[in-house]
Formats: sequence, C-alpha cells, structure tokens
Amino acid sequence: MEISLDLTVAWALLLAFAVYVYVILDGFDLGIGILYPFFPEKRDRDLLMNSVAPVWDGNETWLVLGGGGLFAAFPLAYAIIMPAVYPPVIAMLLALVFRGVAFEFRWRAARLFSRWFWDAAFIGGSVVAALTQGIILGALLQGIEVDGRAYGGGWWDWLSPFSLLCGAAVVAGYGLLGACWLNMKIEGEVQQKVRRLARLFGIATVAFIVAVSAATPFLEAAYFDRWLGWPGILYVAPVPVLVGLFTLLLARALLADGRDWLPFVLALGLFGLCFAGLGVSMWPYVIPTEVTLWEAASPYKSQLFMFVGAVVLVPVILAYTGYAYWVFRGKLDPEKGYH
Amino acid sequence: MDLSFGVDAVLLARIQFAFTVSFHFVFPAFTIGLASFLTVLNGMYLWTRDETYLQLFKYWLKIFAISFAMGVVSGIVMSYQFGTNWSVFSDLAGPVIGPLMAYEVLTAFFLEAGFLGIMLFGREKVGNTLHMVACVMVAVGTAISATWILSVNSWMQTPVGFSIDPDTGQFLPEDWWAIVFNPSFPYRLAHTLTAAYLTTAFIVGGVGAWHLLKGRVLNKGVLTMFSMAMWMAAVVAPLQIIVGHEHGLNTYEYQPTKVLAMEGHFDSYEDGVPLILFGIPDQAAGEMRYAVEIPRIGGPILNKPWDAQMDGLDTVPDELEPPVGIVFWSFRVMVGIGLLMTVVGLWSLVSRVRGRLYDDRWLHRAALVMAPSGLIAVLAGWITTEVGRQPFVVYGELLTAEAASPLGAAAVGASLVAFILIYFAIFGAGVVYILRLMATPPLPGQRGVREEPGPIRTAGIMPAEHQTGDMNKEGTA
Repeated sequence: MEISLDLTVAWALLLAFAVYVYVILDGFDLGIGILYPFFPEKRDRDLLMNSVAPVWDGNETWLVLGGGGLFAAFPLAYAIIMPAVYPPVIAMLLALVFRGVAFEFRWRAARLFSRWFWDAAFIGGSVVAALTQGIILGALLQGIEVDGRAYGGGWWDWLSPFSLLCGAAVVAGYGLLGACWLNMKIEGEVQQKVRRLARLFGIATVAFIVAVSAATPFLEAAYFDRWLGWPGILYVAPVPVLVGLFTLLLARALLADGRDWLPFVLALGLFGLCFAGLGVSMWPYVIPTEVTLWEAASPYKSQLFMFVGAVVLVPVILAYTGYAYWVFRGKLDPEKGYH
Repeated sequence: MDLSFGVDAVLLARIQFAFTVSFHFVFPAFTIGLASFLTVLNGMYLWTRDETYLQLFKYWLKIFAISFAMGVVSGIVMSYQFGTNWSVFSDLAGPVIGPLMAYEVLTAFFLEAGFLGIMLFGREKVGNTLHMVACVMVAVGTAISATWILSVNSWMQTPVGFSIDPDTGQFLPEDWWAIVFNPSFPYRLAHTLTAAYLTTAFIVGGVGAWHLLKGRVLNKGVLTMFSMAMWMAAVVAPLQIIVGHEHGLNTYEYQPTKVLAMEGHFDSYEDGVPLILFGIPDQAAGEMRYAVEIPRIGGPILNKPWDAQMDGLDTVPDELEPPVGIVFWSFRVMVGIGLLMTVVGLWSLVSRVRGRLYDDRWLHRAALVMAPSGLIAVLAGWITTEVGRQPFVVYGELLTAEAASPLGAAAVGASLVAFILIYFAIFGAGVVYILRLMATPPLPGQRGVREEPGPIRTAGIMPAEHQTGDMNKEGTA
C-alpha cells in the first residue's frame, strides 16, 4: 500500500510538471497572439508568427498530456472537473482550433479580407484560450460541488469574480511570456517595441499575482490556515518573498539592454513560483477540499503501467524537444523566414 | 433559447462525439498515408537526386502542413470530449483506457509534433540526413498514434483482461498484454492503416489525374505522382479486401450481432445462409423488404458450410440490437467503394502494361472521381463498427446511455451547435486552401511551406517552366 501511495504522489508531481511545461511553452506562443494587436504591420506579424511556427505544435501537445494524464492517473477527478467547467473547456478547445489553423491558413489567404480574418482568429483564439485556462483554474480553486462520484453543481458555477480575475491574470502572464520570448528572437526596432510591451505586461502580471494571492486565502478555510496560520506561514513565506525578488530582477532586466535571454528565464521563474503557490494551496486535494489525490487515483496497476513508460519517455521527449528548439535557436532574419 | 431540440442529452452527446470524431478522423486518415508518402519521396530524392521527387515533396508538404494542423486541433478536442460529455465512462473505464491514451501522447504525439517543425522548415538548418530522420519520425509517429488509439477502440469493442471493482464499478486492469492486444485489435489496426494508405493513394492519384486531364503530360512531377498512386492502388486495394474480410470474421466471432446487422440477417436460417445484396431493412417489423439475395453464399463468406444453420437478429432481444438500417447501408457503402478501388487499381495495371497509363483518359476520369472515395469509405467503415456495437460503449459491459455526463440537454445542444458552425467554417476554409494548392501543378523550383505566392517574387526565378509545356498557365497566376 505504501508503494501505491508514493506512486500517486509521483503522478501528481509528473502531471504538475506537464501542466507547468504546457503553461510556459504554450504560454509564450499564445502570448504572441495576445501581442498581435500591437503590431498592425503584416511584415511584423509574419515575423512574430514565424518565431513560434516550428514549435507551437509541440507546445500544445503538453496540454494533451495534461488532459490525458489526468484521465489516466486520476480518472475520477477528470470525470468531475470536465463537466463542472464544461463551457470554458469547450470555449478553450474551439479557441485553440481557431488559432491553430491560423498558423497555416494565414499564409494561404489570397485576399485581404481572409488574411484579416485569420489574423483576427489568431488574436481571438489566443486571448480566449488564455482567458478560459485562467477561468478553469479559478473555478477549480474556488471549489467544485461534488455529488457521489459526479459533478453536483450547475453549469454556471464556474463563473465568479475570482475565476474572471484568474482569467485576466493568465492573459497578462502569457502576454509577458510572449514578449520576453520575442525579446530573445527579434532584433531592431521591433525588439524595442517588444521590450516596452514586456514592461507593460510585466506590471500587469505582478499586479494580478498580488490580487489572486490576496483573494485565495479567503476562498476556503484550508487555504487561509495554510497561508496565514502559525507556524505554517514560516514554511510558505519563501514563495511570496521570492516572487518579490524575481519581480525586481525582471524589472531590472527589462530596463537595461543586453542579455536578451534573461527576462524570459526570469518570467519562467515567476510562473514557477505561482505554480508552487498553487501546489501549496491545493495539496493534498485534486479537487480542493472535496476529493484528495488518493481518492481520485486510478488503481495501482494502471499507475504503475504508465509510470514505467513515463520515466523512460519523458526524458527522451524533453531531449528531442530541446533539440528542435536548438535547431531554430537564435535571432530571426526578417528577410528569410523559413523555407 | 432552448437548444435541446426536444432530444435527450445522451443522444445530443452521441451526435456531438460522432460529429467531432468524424471531422477529426478525416485528417489523420489522410496524413497517416501522406506522411509515409512524403518520407518515400524524400528518400527517393536523396537516393536518386532526381529533382522531380524534391519538387513533389515540397508540393505535398504544403498540403500536409494544412491537413496536419487541422488534425492536431480537432484531435485536442477529442482528448477532452471523454471528460466533458462522457464523464461516467471516463470514471469507470479510465483505469484501463487512460494509460493507453497516455502512451499515445508519450510515444506518438510528441514524436510527431517535435519533428514536424524540422520536417516543414528545417532542411537547410539540419541538413539532408537529419531532415530525413525527422520525416521518418513524423511518419512513424502517425502509425504509433493509430496503434494506441485503435487498441483503445478495440478494447471497447472486445473488452478482456479486466475485473470490475465491486465498490466503485470501475474497470480494473488485470492483464495489460491482454488489454493492449485484445482480440479485435490486430485486425482493426491492419484494416485502418491499410485504409489510410489507400485514402492517400486515391487523393494523390486524383490530383495527378486532374493535371493529366488538363494536358500537363510533360510535367514529370504529375506523371510520377500518378504512377506512384496507381501502383499503391493496384497493390493495396486487393489486399484491403482480404484484410477487411478477416476483420469481418473476427467481428462475427466476438460481436455477432454487429455482423448480423451488417448482413441484414433478421431471420434465423436452418438450411443455408443467403447473401443479401440489397434491401430495405425494417427493424420495427424485423424483416428485410425487397431483398435481393443470392442463396447459400452467405454461409461460406462467414466460414460456414453451404447448408449452414445460423441464428439471426430474431434471437437477439430488441433492446440489444444496433440500428440495423445505418449499419446495413454504411457497410454497403464501404464495401462498394473498396470494390471500385480494386477495379481502378487493376485497370491501371492493364493500362500500364499496355503503355497507356498517361494517356488513358477514362482511367484518369475514374481516378479523379475516386479521389475522395477513401475518405468516404473510412467514415462509412467507422459508422458501421461504431453504430454496430450499440447499445454498448464497452461491448457487453457498459451501456452508452449509462456513460454520459450529468449535463443538461441545453448545455450539450449549445456546444454541439458551436462545434457544427465553427467546424464547417474553419475546416471548409482549410479544404478550399488545400484544393487550391492541388489545382496548381507541381513546378520545377517548387516553393516551400513559407515562401509566399505572388507574381512579383516568382517572376523570372523559374526560367525552366516555359520549356515544360503549358502546365503553369494558371500555376503562377
């Protein structure tokens, strides 16, 4: 039984890792779509899109691993959460359809109207996908009504000021990631503009982090105890302190020129800290205060069968994904694009 | 606004799943074969250094990029449909099929997505050899993906290797080997992969035929693609009939009711089983109206003697019968197309032997008409097998009606309307873009995925085009 307990925790960590990788990777390419309205010139837009064209597909695969992994390792959680957040999930999927096809359709559009349409699809799809992901997170944090082994609430329960706040926070955060990515990939005037946008989205992101963090302890008594109770506060205090530190470092990196990779790395750190904070709030629940990880876990045999493969395959995936990124490293040449 | 259309949530959820999965599968059915075709083309180019193959590679790569993107985004929808609309099924069957789907993500999706960027954009950056490796990885990834998801589907058709948790009702895995290699899996995998290759062969052949009919007989790329596609049709179409037949025998062994519906056998037979060619199934009355049948042939087709005795649907309780009309007709559509494909394949062999492959205009017309036939056959086949296993979602174990999410009909209806509107708009546009690319012939100096069309940039950079006849008349316009 003890091994089974450990395997459940291992799966929770692996899934958390998959979701984090998804958030940072698709975060920056969704961020490109969020930044698109600030670049009305076709030439700039081509460049922005080309900076993620070879990798966006792989980035989005982590979302499938997150969903598929939840289904496989915690089927009960998957079965309760999906109906609970049905409208935002459907909206997210359709938004991803729009922006995904825009990557290819934009280049095939022969008329001005259709190019405008696919640009709008790319922007709208990216914004709605980010917004709904935040809303889903907010809905999960604020609690989901469970009835037996099924969702017990109505189909508007997910909508609340808090979930909308989380949605806006994710839009801002992905915008920041996108701007920091472009800062690495692009030179010249466009880069200067990107840096200005990064500062803007950076300020917004940090403001949202503060707002969400301030609201979270008041959602559930358990969150309050964990974050503000004594002596627990001593253990969790490093998270907000580090957020402050990373914010300062990011501000400095965005104000000074040079070291174009640094803001992106710091932004990843900021996201990592938010993720750690999320873990602190939710542990040991998969659906806060209703269903624990162990209650939702699939049987030992299911978890073990997958775990053997995951231990071997995840490092291999990271290796060739890293290789694909390495191939397309460095600044983009606006004259060339890809052939 | 009431979007439930007076229909219950389960039926709406079924329609939604059928709609989204049908739209999705059209793209993998094409890209599984196309990825292999591209890999062969690239390999032939590296082997022979014949520019024709490179030209064809770039030509089909653009079409592949669009199809693949549509397959990916419609596929992400599928990975969440289980939870959103079939949450009871997800909870109960998750321990068995969840890990198989996780393996699909880990072994296939990442492989395809990771190497797709290099395949599309990376030849100059990584060199020919690694680019070839990337092509192989993408092609292998598509096949691995099909393997896992067909294992999942097959387990739902012929479930083995599990027990039922007495407390939760969950399916518990007992023997992974038995689950993955369940009885119908090898047959379904072979039948589906072969179908994907045939689908691609007929699309490629249809495009080749179109350009041949347009008189582009001096364009070597057109000739090569038509010839390669017809070889594929000639070899694989007859093979598919054998594979499909074996799959049918396997189905008769494990899901006899489905085969009875496919064959339209409402009645039991005491002395010899007829083969019903056509008829109007009347399920309420339990009889086949206006049946056109050949006596006694039906037995040997199912490996039974001429004078076989066989139980019909009249021995099956009404509530456990699938909708016979749909299954009966979709099966006939699939088989009919399969036979026509074989005819075209053999016809091309005859023309080839006579040296008339490139100027047999009736063959070209037939190949053009048959271009989308693979897609239709694939959908008809899936309708046959999926409707044929009703009323079960896990055959013999879990009823479809008991597997749906606790959602109101209005919620499911609203999302169904959204899916239908958006899918038709988006994938309609995608098909238009693909057809537009197909309508231009492959040209020397074929442009890559991101090199834009435009009269200014292309003018003068293809000096060879005027020597190759009139093929580029509308090609660069």
